[in-house]
Amino acid sequence: MIQLAWLIPILPLIGFLVIGLGGKKLSKKLVSFIGCGSVLAAFILSATIFFQLNGSSTVVKLADWINVGKLNVDFSFLIDPLAVVFMLIITGVGFLIHVYSIGYMKDDEKYDRFFAYLNLFIFFMLFLVMGDNYIVMFVGWEGVGLCSYLLIGFWFKNTEYNNAAKKAFIVNRIGDLGFLLGIILIYVTSNSLNFDAVFLHVHNNASNKEIYNLIGILLFIGACGKSAQIPLYTWLPDAMAGPTPVSALIHAATMVTAGVYMIARSAVIFVNAPIASEVIAIVGVSTALLAATIGLFQNDIKKVLAYSTVSQLGYMFLGLGVGAFTGGVFHVMTHAFFKALLFLGAGSVIHAMSGEQDIRKMGGLKKALPITHITFLIATIAISGIPPFSGFFSKDEILAHAYNHNKIYWMLGIIGSMLTAFYMFRLYFLTFHGGFRGTGEQKHHLHESPKSMTIPLVVLAVLAAGAGLLGIPNAHQHLFHEFLHPAFKSASVWIDDAPKHFSMDEGRLMFLAVLAASAAIYTAWLLYKKNNLVPIQNEIAISKFQKIIARKYYVDEFYDAAIRKPIDWVSEKSYKFIELRIIDALVNAIGNVVKWAASVFRLAQSGSVGFYMFAMTIAVLAMLFVKLF
Amino acid sequence: MSAIQIIPLNWYVTLSAILFALGVLGVLYRRNAIIILMCIELMLNAVTLLLVAFSAHHSDPTAQVFVFFIMAVAAAEVAVGLAILMMIYRNTKSIDIDILNKLKG
Amino acid sequence: MITGLLIGLPFVFALLLLFTKGDGVKRVALTASVIEFILCIVAYYFLRQQQATGNEDARLFINIGWVSSIGVNFNVALDGISMVLVLLTCFLIPLIILCGYEKKQEHPSYFYALILFMQMALIGVFVARDGFLFYIFWELALIPIYFICLIWGGENRGTITFKFFLYTTLGSLFMLAALIYLYLNTSVGETGIHTFNIQALAEAGRGLNLTQQSCVFWGLFLAFAIKMPVFPFHTWQPDTYYNAPTQGTMLLSGIMLKMGTYGLIRWLLPMCPDALNYWGATVIGLSIISIIYASFMAIAQKDFKRLIAYSSIAHVGLIAAGVLVFLPLKENTEGITGAIVQMFSHGINVVGLFLIADIIFSRMNTFEMAKLGGIRNVAPKFAAFFLIIMMGSVALPLTNGFVGEFLLISGIYKYSAFAAGCAGLTIIFGAVYMLRGYQFIMLGETKSNTSLFTPLTKIETVMLVIISCAVIFFGVCPNLILDLVRSDVNALVREIKLK
Repeated sequence: MIQLAWLIPILPLIGFLVIGLGGKKLSKKLVSFIGCGSVLAAFILSATIFFQLNGSSTVVKLADWINVGKLNVDFSFLIDPLAVVFMLIITGVGFLIHVYSIGYMKDDEKYDRFFAYLNLFIFFMLFLVMGDNYIVMFVGWEGVGLCSYLLIGFWFKNTEYNNAAKKAFIVNRIGDLGFLLGIILIYVTSNSLNFDAVFLHVHNNASNKEIYNLIGILLFIGACGKSAQIPLYTWLPDAMAGPTPVSALIHAATMVTAGVYMIARSAVIFVNAPIASEVIAIVGVSTALLAATIGLFQNDIKKVLAYSTVSQLGYMFLGLGVGAFTGGVFHVMTHAFFKALLFLGAGSVIHAMSGEQDIRKMGGLKKALPITHITFLIATIAISGIPPFSGFFSKDEILAHAYNHNKIYWMLGIIGSMLTAFYMFRLYFLTFHGGFRGTGEQKHHLHESPKSMTIPLVVLAVLAAGAGLLGIPNAHQHLFHEFLHPAFKSASVWIDDAPKHFSMDEGRLMFLAVLAASAAIYTAWLLYKKNNLVPIQNEIAISKFQKIIARKYYVDEFYDAAIRKPIDWVSEKSYKFIELRIIDALVNAIGNVVKWAASVFRLAQSGSVGFYMFAMTIAVLAMLFVKLF
Repeated sequence: MSAIQIIPLNWYVTLSAILFALGVLGVLYRRNAIIILMCIELMLNAVTLLLVAFSAHHSDPTAQVFVFFIMAVAAAEVAVGLAILMMIYRNTKSIDIDILNKLKG
Repeated sequence: MITGLLIGLPFVFALLLLFTKGDGVKRVALTASVIEFILCIVAYYFLRQQQATGNEDARLFINIGWVSSIGVNFNVALDGISMVLVLLTCFLIPLIILCGYEKKQEHPSYFYALILFMQMALIGVFVARDGFLFYIFWELALIPIYFICLIWGGENRGTITFKFFLYTTLGSLFMLAALIYLYLNTSVGETGIHTFNIQALAEAGRGLNLTQQSCVFWGLFLAFAIKMPVFPFHTWQPDTYYNAPTQGTMLLSGIMLKMGTYGLIRWLLPMCPDALNYWGATVIGLSIISIIYASFMAIAQKDFKRLIAYSSIAHVGLIAAGVLVFLPLKENTEGITGAIVQMFSHGINVVGLFLIADIIFSRMNTFEMAKLGGIRNVAPKFAAFFLIIMMGSVALPLTNGFVGEFLLISGIYKYSAFAAGCAGLTIIFGAVYMLRGYQFIMLGETKSNTSLFTPLTKIETVMLVIISCAVIFFGVCPNLILDLVRSDVNALVREIKLK
């Protein structure tokens, strides 16, 4: 069965080809069937493999690809626990979101295109996590970037959406350059790009810390781009321009966690790269905090979720940086469930509100959207870190490791999770409680979403609530850890990231974290439920400090002024000045010198044939004389 | 001893020098293109004569190869030259070379 | 034998075309180019066989005396590196001919005769193994393109074509001087005659001291640098590309530009390795400046055709850098293999991009991006093709651009990490200017002029399908090319040794 693993990415690819080439000729039903069916089949296959895996790792070779010198890269897949976890997340959550999209996109004229892109995305994403070498991973890495570009700009008539799509692609490419250079450096150092060989080489030459730090930092630059970390996070909030299922699938559950996967996969390198790991932890915790503060003042339902995604990704990187590889991956999984659920819930709300995304114009949706409300609440509790919902366990594992590593990280992490709990409940109360603040027409139109949308919500809610039980800390068996641990043992390197034995310390930490989150929730309840506070429309009244945060610390403006505009300016000026006035002018000047010389010498051409003949005769005579005398 | 060899070589040299000089002068003085062409022929013939004379006196046939060569070249030259002159005449109704000053710089 | 046929066939058909009239011209030209392509596939098959068995195949080379008194032979041969470029030529020429299939042109018989004549000269350049012969084909290739640009070009074509012609001939002159210098240094042997044979020239070159080698190096480099072109010798290129008729632009950018990079590999590297070692930093620096500078220029362009022209300079800069980092003692095969792969890919991509520009121009009568927009609404298929070709151009994995670019950058990395970082900027900048162009032209609201964008014709669709398939095919199966050149690149590594 495991030998058939190559079918898993191929199935969505076939789906893409059939839908993409069939286009409008296929009926919507058929498109939905192929689109969802191919992903479901991939999911079933992945699940079968999951049950047969038993901690083994198998390489499945599909075909040769690049063979040059010592570089031998094949289309081959590495099926090990880490890959399988991601495969299950991608195909599972992916399938639910496909089903959801049937309802969400049903009136869109480019229905077929949408499913084609989604299937293509699933294909590339599976390629990313299944590849057994860095190049195949890079294929998926860039491919999901392309799909993200296409899907953010799905409604391409809108210039703003197009700009967001372009921004996402270009910012990602900045990261990709780092990743590519990292890959090349790996290749140059270890003469191979296959994970096994690379890790073995790293293991055998572990003393060469400098180069591993450099590799680690280069890879992390790539991860920063894809997973929206400081300083490359600005594309993700803009990426909310895409349809909501896209935000759920690509910009919350799967693609943005690719960076986490990549670093977890390269765990052996990072264990030997202390400085790079420290950088990751610092960037991760800063991103978690920064994005959480921005989330406090956002009023667009999807933007709040986007910043919360950035912030949660920060936690995952914090986990990776302090060595909690299992914890990071665990958080990827729980995050995939609750964040996809939040986005899909938001989509359901937006659907009901006829496209309105501003939470200041919502309120009291509890009654009209009962299923959405309940599931959204579950996800909100999960993300806030209240036991026994899933977010608590994964976040706790990361924070526990952070505490062991450096107490400051832990403190900042706790502050971040307080902020998270606060803005998530602010969002929840403003959306579902209080009185309705929209127009009468919207109110009349309010309705619960169709079954195709609510069923995925319910399934995800169950997962978001229960998935944490896989990783109960300090229990007899940490199931998730048990399952993953062979993957981090690759190339006979054993990374000790097992959760420490239960100690009173950790119990106290957990208690503190829950207390902090509850306090934050209580505050949110006080402000937005009890006092019915609604953020005001105009910004004059809020303080300067709030304004800076609401404007996202002016980072976008800063990048615009510090990078984009100078590049435009330099290219414009150097085209007009260096290219045309200097280089081209110099070339033309040489031509003009020749012209001038010609204008002098041409006077000798009188045009009279007689003169020419006379000159010829004289010249012949002159030659004779020279020769004779 | 053939007839050619009876006449001393100097005479041939003088004659062909005179013929050649005539040709040169004709090319330089005359403006009629046909006459210029004829003068060129004259120069070629002067050289031919000289070659034949030397060949006979030294009993060496090599020079006669050149003579045939010159005849061939002269024939080609006349063919092309006259064709060009025909075209010039058709276009300008004249074969005066002073009209042909289009190449004036 | 087959190599001679490859050269001769287009020439015969070119002559035939001169006597063809009316609509038949295009059909004959297309047939000729397709036959040539099939012939090329046969040659490919022979070559693969030769590489598999290791026996030299007499069908692949010709070496007969030509001007024996000065040691010039008609010496042509097909090896892997030549084969890649001959394949490219034979693949692109039918497309280029197809591109004009639905257009009205003046004097079509001359036009297509010139294209086929050009094909002959280009193949000649790629297979010549004799310095003299190489030079002759090199210059022969210039003549048809000169007339194509001069007669069928846009406004202002006179000055621009003249500049192009002068500039490139000037470069060739330096090359000729270098070749003659090498020729005079070849060993005389029993016959007492020098020879233009490539092996002999290379040995002569390697026997020179550094100063002498440097002269040869700069002579050859100038010629190739102008042809490619590399900063700061590039100013003829955007204007010429802009003013040439589309098919001329395709010939120039798709194939003719590769003469320069091919020249670097086949002629510059073996002749003067020590000088390359000495001047390496300078010329690699120039290539990398080319990449960045041209990217900036492309960002500043408001006109799509010029944008492609500058993007082409940036890509070629990367190829040149990849070849020039070839320092034999470091076994740097990635750079040079990458360069060969990228030459092939770039040829296909740039022709695809110019085809797209042409399709837009034929309907909208402008290349100016600000006047376009929203074409994707009206022509979704066209948008998809555009996207695929553009992704090839920005080197997305699984498209043909990626393999080459990856190998090139890793080759450069082995030379210097900093240089690789700078060269790698093309990954970012490429996305910047290409996506910007795509957005301006294809996305957004449809404007009054673009709403009249007529759907693709059958022939246009066929061409775009062929190019798009090639873009993806060679991204998925680059080994087709890599296998072809592997042994020759290794031979190059063995052959070239520093003093």
